[in-house]
Amino acid sequence: MQWQSISDFFAMGGYGLYVWGSFGVCAVTMIAEPLLANHRRKQALKDIRNNYLL
Amino acid sequence: MINLFKYSAPSTFYPLAGKLVPIFWTLAAILGAIGLYISFFVAPTDAQQGQGYRIIFIHVPASWMSMFIYCIMAFWSLLGLTFNTRLSGMMTSALAPTGALFAFLSLWTGALWGKPMWGAWWVWDARLTSELILFFLYIGFIALQAAIDDPRRADRAGALLSLVGVVNVPIIYFSVKWWNTLHQGASVSLTKSPSMASTMLWGMLVMALAFWAYTIAVALMRARTIMLEREGNTEWVHHLPDVKEAA
Repeated sequence: MQWQSISDFFAMGGYGLYVWGSFGVCAVTMIAEPLLANHRRKQALKDIRNNYLL
Repeated sequence: MINLFKYSAPSTFYPLAGKLVPIFWTLAAILGAIGLYISFFVAPTDAQQGQGYRIIFIHVPASWMSMFIYCIMAFWSLLGLTFNTRLSGMMTSALAPTGALFAFLSLWTGALWGKPMWGAWWVWDARLTSELILFFLYIGFIALQAAIDDPRRADRAGALLSLVGVVNVPIIYFSVKWWNTLHQGASVSLTKSPSMASTMLWGMLVMALAFWAYTIAVALMRARTIMLEREGNTEWVHHLPDVKEAA
């Protein structure tokens, strides 16, 4: 374990901006993509209902 | 072989994919948690780059995935052009946005790593430039498919683009050998002290597996949606439990 404290962890030895900028954008996009995919699925199901089943 | 052809029909593939999606989401979450733990708590501080090198744990897996996904798209494209199966085009289209995302993440994390280590967000280096071209190929594929109304024609055009574009993948991979580049070679991270090399390698491998599971889950999810969009006028879609629930 190389971290003395929480703030030490967030500082990343002075590279905080770069490390968290990388991991942060990675996390945000990889959460957003499945949400968008799920939204598209719901839309497709709605279209089928409106166009063919009603 | 008979089994594979059975699942190449959207009506049989759809329920199978539906069972696989939650399995791969679970795998992605578990592997991702282990990978992040190794990245931040097991892997030691780098002697030269301090904590800044930890970007490697997403930069390398994202770059690998951006190349793998393009190869898989080329594989499906070849299959689609040869056997003219509907599933191939659906799978290729389902993979493209995720491939584009990983190409973007590779460039983004690379820029954030390059700035503190090289002093530049971007350089017109062979490795970086060929990866940027890969990103444009993904965007081009998505735009080309969106521009053609008939899905089967869009599939054929997209298949040709992905087959022609796949020549770029070995160029990216070998760029650090073929040209004098600022980007480090593939083996540099593995030639440090052995204990260092193994924890770093394990971190990257676990993260790469997590990204694989993520890719399979999100691509299958999107493939299922594409089936609904394209085959919404067919009986098998109207009889799906998902569709009945929605109605």
